[in-house]
Amino acid sequence: MISARIHITLKSGILDPQGKTVLHALENLGIQGVDEVRIGKLIDMDFGEVTKDRAEELTHEACKKLLANPVIEDYRIELVSEDGG
Amino acid sequence: MKFAVIVFPGSNCDHDCYYALKHALKQDVEFVWHKEASLSHYDAIILPGGFSYGDYLRTGAIARFSPVMRAVVEFANAGGIVVGICNGFQVLCEAGLLPGALMRNDSLKFVCKFVNLRVENSDTAFTTLCGPGEILNIPVAHAEGLYYADSVTLESVKRNNQVLFRYTDESGEPNSESNPNGSLDNIAGVMNERGNVMGMMPHPDRCFEEVLTSTDGAKIFGSMVEWLSERT
Repeated sequence: MISARIHITLKSGILDPQGKTVLHALENLGIQGVDEVRIGKLIDMDFGEVTKDRAEELTHEACKKLLANPVIEDYRIELVSEDGG
Repeated sequence: MKFAVIVFPGSNCDHDCYYALKHALKQDVEFVWHKEASLSHYDAIILPGGFSYGDYLRTGAIARFSPVMRAVVEFANAGGIVVGICNGFQVLCEAGLLPGALMRNDSLKFVCKFVNLRVENSDTAFTTLCGPGEILNIPVAHAEGLYYADSVTLESVKRNNQVLFRYTDESGEPNSESNPNGSLDNIAGVMNERGNVMGMMPHPDRCFEEVLTSTDGAKIFGSMVEWLSERT
């Protein structure tokens, strides 16, 4: 079986108020030395009987059409097949 | 004049829009369920506020693929008048009918209050009853209303007079104190280049008769009626 793990992040340069708030909370907890926190989304998709190439193609299509908004977000995908390939 | 108010699962300002158009503006108006495939017998389409599809993934991201949205895109591409209010604005941006995107408020809080809006372009189908620079008092109610567009897009939106409303103080000055959500350049509403599709975060559907303390919302709906009646 093939799985795709998709990381969706705000494009660099776009203010992430959630990340900023978490950074302040970390500082308040005494966790020092963190320069920046950016929060994104993680989406896992499992595929049925498709090849790895096809899974990659479908994942890109899903990201471009629905999962990420190209105006504000970037995405990165990792494909994992059951045999570890 | 026949208006359609689109109803997505999770729309919750559909009745406000319907009521404003039907009872305050005395127009013919119908609810249109998101499964409908045709909008050919309407003169204008309203996408109301709410939380379509629970705001899952991103606001408006799932609604944008509702069957009716294909018809909305066709209607808009044929020059038809389309308005998105709040969640409707988010849907129109996701659908690519309007430039930019709406993001989480910089305060991370849901903001629900009356704001002052300066009319930046009064020569449009949506603002023809407003004076240039007029200050409107209309409420916002959203958690994701920060208008964002990349610098190239933003410049072209401004250059083409597509910015219709800016958040300002009472004197009409846009500043950070009067910006409820961190929108770039205090932008509260924009239209497409062609001028037939408009989105705004504030709710004209919540202020169109005296009992609602402001009637400025009726100017937006009224502008559409006036503009359409001159052309049909």
